[in-house]
Amino acid sequence: MSIATASNTADPRRPVAIIAFCRAQPLGAAGLIVILAMGLAAIFAEAIAPYEPEVINFGAMLMAPSLEHPFGTDAFGRDILTRIIYGARTALTIGFLSSFIGCTLGGLLGIASAYFGGRADLVIQRFVDVMLSFPIIILALVVVAVLGKTELLGIDLNLVLAIAIPIIPRSSRVVRSAALSVRAMPYIDAARAGGYSAWHIITRHMAPNVLAPYLILLTAYIAQAILLEASLSFLGLGVSEPKPAWGLMLAGDSSNFYQEAPWMILFPGLAISLSVFAFNLFGDSLRDWLDPKFRL
Amino acid sequence: MHNISRRTAIALPTLALASPALAQQRPDELPRRGGVLTFAVGAEPPTYDLHQTGTFAVMHRVAPHYSTLLTYEPGNYPNIVGDLAESWTVSPDQKTFTFKLRPNVRFHDGTLMTSEDVRVSYERLRAPPAGVSSNRLPAFRQIDLITATDPLTIVITMKEVDASIMDTFASPWNSIFSAARLAQDPTFPVRNVMGTGPFRFVEHAAGSHWVGARFDDYFRERQPYLDGFRAITMTPSSMVNALSGRQIQAEFRGFTPNERDRIVRALGTEARVEESSWMLHMIVSFNTERPPFNDPRVRRALSLAIDRWGGSASLSRISQLGAVGGMVRPGSVWSASPEEMQQWPGYGRDMAANRAEARRLLREAGQENLTFTLLNRNHQPYVTSGIFVIDQLRQIGVRAEHQQVELAAWYAAQGSGGFDVMIDSFTQFSDDPTNVLVKYVSFDKAEVATARATDRELDRLFDAQARETDRDTRKRLVRQFETRAMEQSYAVPLLWWQRIVVMNQRVRGWSMAPTHMIYQDLRDVWLAPERS
Repeated sequence: MSIATASNTADPRRPVAIIAFCRAQPLGAAGLIVILAMGLAAIFAEAIAPYEPEVINFGAMLMAPSLEHPFGTDAFGRDILTRIIYGARTALTIGFLSSFIGCTLGGLLGIASAYFGGRADLVIQRFVDVMLSFPIIILALVVVAVLGKTELLGIDLNLVLAIAIPIIPRSSRVVRSAALSVRAMPYIDAARAGGYSAWHIITRHMAPNVLAPYLILLTAYIAQAILLEASLSFLGLGVSEPKPAWGLMLAGDSSNFYQEAPWMILFPGLAISLSVFAFNLFGDSLRDWLDPKFRL
Repeated sequence: MHNISRRTAIALPTLALASPALAQQRPDELPRRGGVLTFAVGAEPPTYDLHQTGTFAVMHRVAPHYSTLLTYEPGNYPNIVGDLAESWTVSPDQKTFTFKLRPNVRFHDGTLMTSEDVRVSYERLRAPPAGVSSNRLPAFRQIDLITATDPLTIVITMKEVDASIMDTFASPWNSIFSAARLAQDPTFPVRNVMGTGPFRFVEHAAGSHWVGARFDDYFRERQPYLDGFRAITMTPSSMVNALSGRQIQAEFRGFTPNERDRIVRALGTEARVEESSWMLHMIVSFNTERPPFNDPRVRRALSLAIDRWGGSASLSRISQLGAVGGMVRPGSVWSASPEEMQQWPGYGRDMAANRAEARRLLREAGQENLTFTLLNRNHQPYVTSGIFVIDQLRQIGVRAEHQQVELAAWYAAQGSGGFDVMIDSFTQFSDDPTNVLVKYVSFDKAEVATARATDRELDRLFDAQARETDRDTRKRLVRQFETRAMEQSYAVPLLWWQRIVVMNQRVRGWSMAPTHMIYQDLRDVWLAPERS
């Protein structure tokens, strides 16, 4: 992945680039539309959602989808559409924060590893090897079980951290490989000769040139993080009832009533699948668009 | 045996509920020997020591390995009969109990059980040595002396009359351990299992299974009928599938109405369903050591916000939660009538008025925007209770954060007072008010009183009812206790559970009761042949 070439061919910061991206990558554009729709739903949930997400209505328990409740209701009479809209907020907040923290820390680690090379690279990469040997869900489970819960503004910071930590070694490995080729560039040698500090060279000269793989990783890991959050919530280690979260909606009473009220698992399951699919489509298309090798 | 007629009369409603169960076993059907009973248990045991715990996760695995002095007669709850005791007499002042033990009862290591084993086990419950705790201290507080007068005679002398003492002697928690083993290590039962029960311990694989095998020297002739049992640790949803798929034969705690229907649909005529009310209720416990829950106005306001009658009608359709009740099991001989209950704060049917009063109390206490963490177990129907309570509190402007934890963490917080408000529960093996009201007395009198309050008036009423042998007078004292406790609201009942046991019809000889803590020694249980 040649970053210098990629950043010359398409600048994602220009508005016209988005139109060019949509023309070149229609599937990615479809993914982007779904992501934007989710984002809008999350931001304007109070205005869009027809009901309150946590309010029990015993008069509407286990109601099948209807005009009144398009996605039906759960065992507490709570509107499933409303909970899915609010659940988007949970999924995107935790998904984006986890992916951002994981990819940023992992990216910096990867660049530092590539820049310093030698023993530092050896030590960092063996540590990364150890971390990579744990399946992502197992590592997240351990972290969330050890850390418990610490909430800030309604966000479980430890859950974010639990999802971010397994992302760090994975993103670090990918970014390192891109950073290794950047390190060999003459301008890095020039910066060294100019007496710039390692931190200055890493952040000002190397990091901007690995932005493309970083962005691709960021979008790909948002999907992973959403899936992880849903899995942890399903296992009772993520978001707690009565907060709306897609994974949580699949757990608890849903497993008890899925035969009588299949809509209780159908719609949250679709929401998870659709969001992960959308982020994966967008991430793949972004990679294809940014990397000229995939245009051949 | 005393008071059989009174106890039988009390038992009639339960017997009526259990009658389908009795009909399952035809009178001419003789128990068959052999087979291994496989059943599910929904939680891991935090200890093996029955003296130090109160969870079914221990009882359902460990009970088959131990005996008690007396026991509840199978199929005839709450009649009490002898277990290790062959016979007994009571002095006219009801303060001295003399038990004659069965001869030739052996522990699983082959040693003979004597009155010394009973004495040492009871002393451990009454005055636990350093490093050992006793969950049964309140039940043993009136016992003055425990004397082993000869190898087969034990004499128990009371400080004062205790109307519930026969239930204490029959309690499934008061298992008899080997005095010799306890002399070597007072904590021996915490990680070892060695009793005189119908099954010897084989193995426990944490998170997986617990295995017991028939003890051939068990003191009841020809029993147990089973070759052994295997208790498998499972989540509730796995239990439904395992029972439906005939991979397990029973689960003895209980299912939700929906789970019952699913299993019955899958098993058809192979399903055996037994239903009863349940001596188990959910409680909202306030930590009275933490402000603002040291303010009775705040506690009372939060209790007033809960629509118990509405919750009962709806939650009973989706969970094991059922009847509205006070501190003793609704429908039992000691229970308040619905009319009496409606006089208590939080039990009135006019919820608009209740919530207006709750808001007024919170305003008066300066807690209009109260927020706190509601500690709860991550298990059903605790989660359902938590969701319900949070919704009810929201309606008076109170915001509760739901913190769901594993059983061990829940117990730890309960014991250390590390919570603001918690969804608590309490279960007992008998309806006797002394056994159940202990949950609501002062904390320095009973560790199970999670609210950590001190209320000497409640303690006085508790002691008075415990001494009272006249049932009507005792009932009046129980009502006074409940009224006082509801007004102070240190801990308030939420809803009582309904017990729905579903098993494969092959399982015979097991007795249904309004408690899941008794009849779990499996000595009468046998397996009918599989239908071809």
